[in-house]
Amino acid sequence: MATITLASKRRRSALRTLAFMSPWLIGFAVFFAYPLISTVYFSFMHYDGFKPPTWSGTKNWTYVFEHYPYFWPALRNTLWLVLVMVTLRVVFGLGVGMLITKIKTGTGVFRTLFYLPYLAPPVAATMAFAFLLNPGTGPVSSILEKIGIPAPGWFNDPNWSKPALTLLALWGIGDLMVIFMAALLDVPQEQYEAAELDGASAWQRFRYVTLPNISPIVMFAVVTGVIQTMQYYTQPLIAGKVASGVIQGAGTQFEPGYPDKSTLTLPQLVYNLGFQRFDYGSACVVALVLFVLSMVFTAFLMRRRGGLNLAGD
Amino acid sequence: MAQVLDKPVQVKAPVTPAERTARRRTLLQWIAVHSLGVAAALFFTLPFVFVFLTSLMSDTQALSRDLIPHTWEWGNYKKVFDTPGFLTWWKNTLIYAGLGTVLTVVSSIPVAYALAKFRFRGRNLSLMLVISMMMLPPQVIIIPMYLFWAKQLDLSGTLWPLIIPMAFGDAFSIFLLRQFLLTIPNEYIDAAKVDGCGDLRTLLKVVIPMAKPGIAAVGLFQFFYAWNDYFGPQIYASENPGAWTLSYGLESFKGAHHTDWNLTMAATVLVMAPVILVFFFAQKAFVEGVTLTGVKG
Repeated sequence: MATITLASKRRRSALRTLAFMSPWLIGFAVFFAYPLISTVYFSFMHYDGFKPPTWSGTKNWTYVFEHYPYFWPALRNTLWLVLVMVTLRVVFGLGVGMLITKIKTGTGVFRTLFYLPYLAPPVAATMAFAFLLNPGTGPVSSILEKIGIPAPGWFNDPNWSKPALTLLALWGIGDLMVIFMAALLDVPQEQYEAAELDGASAWQRFRYVTLPNISPIVMFAVVTGVIQTMQYYTQPLIAGKVASGVIQGAGTQFEPGYPDKSTLTLPQLVYNLGFQRFDYGSACVVALVLFVLSMVFTAFLMRRRGGLNLAGD
Repeated sequence: MAQVLDKPVQVKAPVTPAERTARRRTLLQWIAVHSLGVAAALFFTLPFVFVFLTSLMSDTQALSRDLIPHTWEWGNYKKVFDTPGFLTWWKNTLIYAGLGTVLTVVSSIPVAYALAKFRFRGRNLSLMLVISMMMLPPQVIIIPMYLFWAKQLDLSGTLWPLIIPMAFGDAFSIFLLRQFLLTIPNEYIDAAKVDGCGDLRTLLKVVIPMAKPGIAAVGLFQFFYAWNDYFGPQIYASENPGAWTLSYGLESFKGAHHTDWNLTMAATVLVMAPVILVFFFAQKAFVEGVTLTGVKG
């Protein structure tokens, strides 16, 4: 025992940390650092996967920004989704969260029913909505027309495809509902009682008691919502594919973003450029745009006080 | 409703008019809140109901506007199971989700433990990198990853490029587990050390038993992630239908049965059902996990 010096103790503790961290250290190097550097490298190369990569300077970059017809529509769609879908999801999630805290009879049943759609696998949920909203034969169209409202074309109409995706996103509100519910239950009850004694109306209680207390959670919901929107892939892709009636493997080419580029998002461009056009270089340019956008919002999330609780021991 | 209305009558003390208006307000509020609740419940459940009803229709009726099946075609589900490949997709999904979950949990626990309880230089930096990895869209690094797995290791057409990385810690699971491990008081760990337990034994005998709810939540999330994953199988498995998963195969199912919405909806039900069943058995762990994702420290 006497042989254990301070230096060897420190070395042992460093080795211990290294041993426990090792799975992630390898994962970080092989599945994050290396491919990220490699993506930057390929963004300056011409590479089709067959001939060896050749240096092409900024050609991929000018192609994506100036000539690739899908880039700007995809960015515009993302902006639309951030402004409309994220906002509506936060408002609706807060509303449903407040509703569930007010429900006194059968709370558990209501909570489970409200939560379930969040669990529906994205492909299955999107297929379900493609069917429900199917113009002419879908149940929603049938019901709307029965009560005399002309049904829109939903996933088949460029003006309605994003609202239809928003509807799908509102259906799966369960995650935000649970988060808001927990936050609302944490608001000190005395503050409501004090406000009531002062004669505050329901709106004033919401505005001056509820909102200030839950504002960090609202911020969290907005920022994570924006990050999720950057990654939005499966739902718009499946919606477009099902609505366009493309038969997989039958040789028909799927027009990305059907209808009329209205469901294009940035991740779909990486697939389109890399795996349909075999232009790996340009795909990496879009990937880097996606990277920068996601990291800006992630940095925002991490800097927020009390947000991700980085401190702690 | 009658019961609620009767209640005030049974109260013996004379009811003042002010009390009566207050009670009426509470009652009206109860009715308003619960009507809204029922409306919301319809919005959340009717899509499931319509999908299920359609899955039991005949193929001609599925294209009509009627909402209730004329004849209940339970054979649709048999037809789905008889579709070539459907059972293989089930098997592949279970392998991907099952093996992936086990590997993720085993490899993420020690990392989360170190990040939660060890003091070392670079800990905060590591944590920030974990969060960055967590927020990274998979498409950002997919080109080099695909080239690595397909061109260098010749593993495209299989699910291994998706399963193997899970043996090296998953950022989201590490983060979630760390948040959970922070809630375990250090006294327990110190006590184990005093009793002569090494770090590994402390982790196995003290920390893991206490962290079971967190581990369950992480396992569930990872299972659902693999079950729902579309992009991964699309990149690596699309060329080989023998390696497809349910989430990936489901879409081709729609393609093959072009207008047969009834069969497509039956397949959709079969993809949704296991997730929902698992949820009912593990509801508590799951909701706990959602609240843990970063909101409450």
